[in-house]
Amino acid sequence: MQDNTPRNDLILFACFSIAVLAMPLWTAPFGADYPDLLQKFAIYGIFAIGFNILFGLTGYLSFGHAAFLGVGSYTAVWAFKLLTMNVLPAVLFGVIFAGIFAAAIGFLSLRRTGIYFSILTLAFAQMSYNLAYSVLTPLTNGETGLQLRGTDPRLLDSLLGVATPDGLPSPNLFGFELLGYPSFYFCAVMLIIAFYLALRITRSPFGTMLRAIKSNQNRLSYTGVNTRPYAMAAFVISGMYAGLAGSLLAVTDPLAGAERMQWTASGEVVLMTILGGAGTMLGPILGAGIIKYFENIFSAFNDATLHSIFGFLPHWLSDPLVAVLGLFVGDGWQLTLGALFMVIVIFLPGGLMEGATRLIQLTRRKRPDGGSSEDAAGSRRAFHAGE
Amino acid sequence: MSILQVQNVNKSFSGLRALNNVNLTVEEGHVHAIIGPNGAGKSTLLNCFVGRLTPDTGTVTFNGTSLVGKSPHEINQVGVARVFQTPEIFGDLTLLENVMIPTLAKRDGAFALNAWARVDGERAVIEKAEHLLEDVGLADKRDVLANSLSRGDKRRLELAMCLVQDPKLLLLDEPTAGMSRADTNATIDLLKRIGERGITKIVIEHDMHVVFSLAHKISVLAQGTVIAEGKPDDIKGDPRVQEAYLGGAHL
Amino acid sequence: MDAIVLQILNGLDKGGAYALIALGLTLIFGTLGVVNFAHGALFMLGAFCSVALQKLLTLSMKVKDPSVTFFDAYKQIPYLEIWLGDTGKAIIDYAVPLSILVAIPVMLLIGLAMERGLIRHFYKRSHAEQILVTFGLAIVLQEIVKHFFGANPVPVPAPATVAGSADVGALLGLGSSVIYPWWRLIYLGFSLVVIAIVFAFLQFTTFGMVVRAGMADREAVGLLGINIQRRFTIVFGIAAIVAGLAGVMYTPILPPDYHIGMDFLVLSFVVVVVGGMGSLPGAVTAGFLLGILQSFASMTEVKSLLPGIDQIIIYLVAVVILLVRPRGLLGRKGVMEG
Repeated sequence: MQDNTPRNDLILFACFSIAVLAMPLWTAPFGADYPDLLQKFAIYGIFAIGFNILFGLTGYLSFGHAAFLGVGSYTAVWAFKLLTMNVLPAVLFGVIFAGIFAAAIGFLSLRRTGIYFSILTLAFAQMSYNLAYSVLTPLTNGETGLQLRGTDPRLLDSLLGVATPDGLPSPNLFGFELLGYPSFYFCAVMLIIAFYLALRITRSPFGTMLRAIKSNQNRLSYTGVNTRPYAMAAFVISGMYAGLAGSLLAVTDPLAGAERMQWTASGEVVLMTILGGAGTMLGPILGAGIIKYFENIFSAFNDATLHSIFGFLPHWLSDPLVAVLGLFVGDGWQLTLGALFMVIVIFLPGGLMEGATRLIQLTRRKRPDGGSSEDAAGSRRAFHAGE
Repeated sequence: MSILQVQNVNKSFSGLRALNNVNLTVEEGHVHAIIGPNGAGKSTLLNCFVGRLTPDTGTVTFNGTSLVGKSPHEINQVGVARVFQTPEIFGDLTLLENVMIPTLAKRDGAFALNAWARVDGERAVIEKAEHLLEDVGLADKRDVLANSLSRGDKRRLELAMCLVQDPKLLLLDEPTAGMSRADTNATIDLLKRIGERGITKIVIEHDMHVVFSLAHKISVLAQGTVIAEGKPDDIKGDPRVQEAYLGGAHL
Repeated sequence: MDAIVLQILNGLDKGGAYALIALGLTLIFGTLGVVNFAHGALFMLGAFCSVALQKLLTLSMKVKDPSVTFFDAYKQIPYLEIWLGDTGKAIIDYAVPLSILVAIPVMLLIGLAMERGLIRHFYKRSHAEQILVTFGLAIVLQEIVKHFFGANPVPVPAPATVAGSADVGALLGLGSSVIYPWWRLIYLGFSLVVIAIVFAFLQFTTFGMVVRAGMADREAVGLLGINIQRRFTIVFGIAAIVAGLAGVMYTPILPPDYHIGMDFLVLSFVVVVVGGMGSLPGAVTAGFLLGILQSFASMTEVKSLLPGIDQIIIYLVAVVILLVRPRGLLGRKGVMEG
């Protein structure tokens, strides 16, 4: 517990904030320093932090979290259409509606645990997805997706006499247009707030109760704790995080489609969390960043780029190499994702954060007198407690 | 004064009668032992007290309130704590956290959205938990993960988790099962020491050495019925008890 | 009356596919204790066995078309037809049923490899980890198939002799005609035969007895000194074959694409849950029941009454069952209840 002192948490938070705000600088060497990708990092980071509050702390594996992301997106676009192009109401309503939706689904799903809970959430998400495509078309605009129109009422805007530009308006923050970098910084600030809240939750007595649910739910109820409202609160909070992420997706690109709710999208956030390290503070964000980065880089590759990369090799060597690697890039990016998923679950169930902890331990042990067993216990504890 | 009254409790599992008209009265401040051969219904009876099972008929009254139909956390909140046969602890949390959780549950009730305070800022809770860890002799391991403890230590940790709540009634399901003689003696000493706090205890036990060194009163359960009840000395001489055990234990 | 018979028939062939996939899923869960999210991928691989065989049989040579005399025209003639004449034609025509012979060894090998290479190491790990690793495997398998066969559905025709439709009304003596494709009737019969074989195998062989005992009490069977490990591997192989065969024969009904497995997987899980985790008769019953229910929900009369019901009916049933009777229709009490 001494690793998670308020001082250490403050340092962690400060470093995190600086790293996020300085992202355009340090991502440049990776070729990721453009707002479209950077804001994806931030948005999916938020999604994964929220998912981690449920899965990482309580151990409830939801396979339907993309539904809340979708609700957030639809709500935000509707706020743009009906109220105003200011992003604050869109984000606010996105979070609230996703929270209400999560409360309804959580109320039913949390009656079961384990794999039954997973299947219940999956069933609810699939229902939402199927309905969004069919009966709810008036709300979702079906396959085309919900988008802005010049003829949208935007009641608040017209009430306040905000001038409507020719063509489609873009989202703004009190008149300040959110396009390109401003849009990224808006998402970045949201990510920092989301991270801070998650840090507070994790370190609070409430967070301790959530970890106790994962550890031994049975003991917890014989200890006088009603576990249902705790799990419920965690579910709703993580649903609201997903709603925030969804509404930010709409802020960066005012369009919402049902495919965001598909269960493979739910699987993606599970992967992000596991890849980075479920139950850790930074892991899920790291996982989200890595997956979005490689998705972006790898899916842009094709055989021609591969050939140019390996052009220095003789043909008899580069051709088969390109043929094999070609499987994993471009359209085959999903294959890389699936393989990565397996490798992580098989070899590193604690995710990259656990890998890092192990590495640190290894280097410590190599030092002549530094690596005591106390160190090992300490870092193991730290891993569990969140850092 | 009696703290727990059990009246005409029946419980069947798919036609099999596990408890048959059980009546039991536990006096406040007493150590009340329940003994009996395997399958006599001892654990079933305990499960009826803590809300894991609901009796088919009959009443269980604790301090004037009925426990029947209440869920486990409600029963704990009125002051009943339980130590399990195989220790139920939070394996991947530290010992300190293990004891802090019941302390928080006692202070904040069954649910509190206490998400803004820092858990390491809860000085009073930490101090109380540390104090209890000291009591059971685990203070030096407060930052170790509970999974790494030996079985005997796990049991002592579980005991600390129950005691930190200052329960009015403590249920102990075979507190020395699978322990070495030395560990057993240490546990008896510990139980005697906490006996001084005046907590009422119900103990299920096979080890007669433990039973006779602790209990004020003993109930003997066989085939779901209480066949004898009385002071340890009375029970020792009771022929029905010896018959029930068929000489299986040295009384 | 005709409409009802037609809807029941419509549901039965889909139900047959559900039942076959769910049967394997529940067999694996009951014996190995593993939640296999890659089971839909096995169905998909089976379907692509018949796609692959059909492609192989129709490997063609470009030859001059003699029927066109004004200019040089070319057409593709399969080698098989060139070499064997009408016999070759017939073989090509029967590509789908022939694929069964190919699929059995192929699926068995895939199943054994999967169990040995991956599943075995996950017996003792949490259900969540089992779900995740098999989910990853499913993605890998479907992406590999996508790489070789493309993203679009590949149509594979049924043999010409059974390509038409049967008048089931006349067959049943209903007096009015209920027109229904032959191939779907064949699929229904086929799935019943496969189910019967699996049940007979489990009921009447020593191997099956051990497996059933293992489903009832895994630890006890382990204690008897029976090499349960090897039997588990074979059980997985059998489940893979069953799922694969379901896929092979389904191709003429629905041209398979690479993610057909995922679509069926989610539904099959629902079927397993509704039938009761670890219950073989439950999986079969629930498979057919849900197939029929889905087909009734897609009737225009029902849809106009409850819009969108056809889209969610199966999930709705699953939710209700899970909340009201978590052990499922025929599951034992206590299995995964909580």
